[in-house]
Amino acid sequence: MAHGPKPGFTRWLYTTNHKDIGSMYLWFSFAMFLLGGCMALVIRAELFQPGLQIVQPEFFNQMTTMHGLIMVFGAVMPAFVGLANWMVPMMIGAPDMALPRMNNWSFWILPFAFAMLASTLFMEGGAPNFGWTFYAPLSTEYAPPSVTFFIFSIHIMGASSIMGAINIVATILNMRAPGMTLMKMPLFVWTWLITAYLLIAVMPVLAGVVTMMLMDIHFGTSFFSAAGGGDPVLFQHVFWFFGHPEVYIMILPAFGIVSAIIPTFARKPLFGYSSMVYATASIAFLSFIVWAHHMFTVGMPIAGELFFMYATMLIAVPTGVKVFNWVTTMFRGSMTFETPMLFSIAFVILFTLGGFSGLMLAIAPADFQYHDTYFVVAHFHYVLVPGAIFSITAGVYYWLPKWTGNMYNEAMGKVHFWLAFIGLNVTFFPMHFVGLAGMPRRIPDYALQFADFNQIASVGAFLFGAAQIVFLFNVIRTVRGGKKATDEVWENPQGLEWTVPSPAPYHTFSTPPVVR
Amino acid sequence: MAMSANTRTTAKLLTLAVGMLGFALFVMPPLYDAFCEITGLNGKTGGRYEAVPAAVDTQRTVKVQFVASNNENMPWEFKPGVVELKVHPGEAVDTVFHARNPTDRDMVGQAIPSLVPFKAASYFHKTECFCFNQQTLAAGETAELGLRFIVDPDLPPGVNTITLSYTLFDVTDRIAQQTQNKKADASPI
Repeated sequence: MAHGPKPGFTRWLYTTNHKDIGSMYLWFSFAMFLLGGCMALVIRAELFQPGLQIVQPEFFNQMTTMHGLIMVFGAVMPAFVGLANWMVPMMIGAPDMALPRMNNWSFWILPFAFAMLASTLFMEGGAPNFGWTFYAPLSTEYAPPSVTFFIFSIHIMGASSIMGAINIVATILNMRAPGMTLMKMPLFVWTWLITAYLLIAVMPVLAGVVTMMLMDIHFGTSFFSAAGGGDPVLFQHVFWFFGHPEVYIMILPAFGIVSAIIPTFARKPLFGYSSMVYATASIAFLSFIVWAHHMFTVGMPIAGELFFMYATMLIAVPTGVKVFNWVTTMFRGSMTFETPMLFSIAFVILFTLGGFSGLMLAIAPADFQYHDTYFVVAHFHYVLVPGAIFSITAGVYYWLPKWTGNMYNEAMGKVHFWLAFIGLNVTFFPMHFVGLAGMPRRIPDYALQFADFNQIASVGAFLFGAAQIVFLFNVIRTVRGGKKATDEVWENPQGLEWTVPSPAPYHTFSTPPVVR
Repeated sequence: MAMSANTRTTAKLLTLAVGMLGFALFVMPPLYDAFCEITGLNGKTGGRYEAVPAAVDTQRTVKVQFVASNNENMPWEFKPGVVELKVHPGEAVDTVFHARNPTDRDMVGQAIPSLVPFKAASYFHKTECFCFNQQTLAAGETAELGLRFIVDPDLPPGVNTITLSYTLFDVTDRIAQQTQNKKADASPI
């Protein structure tokens, strides 16, 4: 009993094993990714033509809101936590996470949070319809009654994230194998350490802002209600004080993943390891002082606009360092282009592209034109889809042979990559143009001149969706069998995770490895 | 008491998390209000001002414009007595707003001021204002709502026009709910 998983379903309910919990996080995240993706397809199907065809505006708003919430809190964040659960102990030579029981709990409250959130779709008055940023007073005075369920589900997700983050920090700080100094840790571990601190700092702020909403709705306070002496703009400040670090929570672990993959397939050590660590820390620090760039148009003194504009542009410097290091790692390397590497290279190129549109948005005077248009939608999908989603996908392909002991089907992986790559660009690139031409975001209907680009985008979205089916099929096939993977899997990859057998035994590093 | 390293780390991080929750709930809103009051950032004007004797700067004239609007479903008629006044900094000026409740029920209204340009907000003092109180108007009742203000002689030189806007909110239900709560609290179980 001490050496293997319990038989039957209770294995998954009671497990405290980091590998089991990591797998559950990843499967949960994929389920949410498909659910959020279906909502995106409802949106794109409606926007295929101007006019109303498929859904009513009220339902359309519920779809945009739920798509954002589910993708951010249900797909991207749990996927990174799942990867951290699987890989962090194996990368630092620890037998498990520091707080295994809490680990079980932080996963198992998530399905309940999302079941509650999804159930609002069937409630009277419908699901939340105020956008994923839930600005007051849209989300307070004018919200559907289901907003209370939304608030509680955010509370539960926040508790789950905070517990997960505490666990990861405790693991990294206390459980490293002897000789594994901080500056010897793989970059994925470093980026997750910093991400976990961001989570612990800002998830309580999110919990605070939804609590204030709850008080305004049910207990007669007026944090955000002008009639009672409050201020709706306060909501935006508190929300984005959470929200901006949140976008780095969704990208820093991605930096760690590609920093592991690119050296393996370029067959060169990562260029500028320590500068990568310092760049990550700088990005995390800067993320706390740029929040108001989301609110350039609310009315700020010129000094405020300038401060937030310059601070935002400053983030391009550490990010530029990272992109430079990845490119330099590849430079004159003996590169091969297996699926994880393809996704990683696409990550570097497309994330940089998304970063550039971010710089455009950072220019305060220009932002007045871009604000709340499809240009913003194009920007954040270019950083999140090739950023977060592609890096997670790359990580799954990279470590799947280690997890399952079987090689995935390379040809199918390449088909997945090219479908996803083409689908992504066909979907989101035209959004830049309609955005600059003035199409507002979050509308179910639009002026005729935007029809062509919207049709192209909708076709791309369905292509991207189809690509994920290939991915699902490939993963299931690999889990069930296939060509056996070697212990090293790839050619001379770096890191402790490749020193254990494939598939990784249920318990690894029960005696700590020696790190030179 | 010997604590393991994990317990110590967890305790520290939990403290940080709880601290950040407290920061969001109890520090950020008052901090925002204080910040806005000092800078006039959200155009909010201050509370009741105790007039201090100051020389009237007759050399300078500032235009003060008045705007009145209703928040969404507020049915009252609400308008300024005069739309524009020319005042000298330092002098106390009286003006009125007119309100009428055209409905057939008693209602309570609350006016919320906002002022542009923001940098003038902390130089516009109200010694008396109907916005300090809620207004109760019976069905069909009309009221003259008084305002007495002083433009501070230290008003920054570039400011020649100040626009003061009042938005009238219907707070009838909110007040009813509050009195009900008070009654419920007072009644013995």
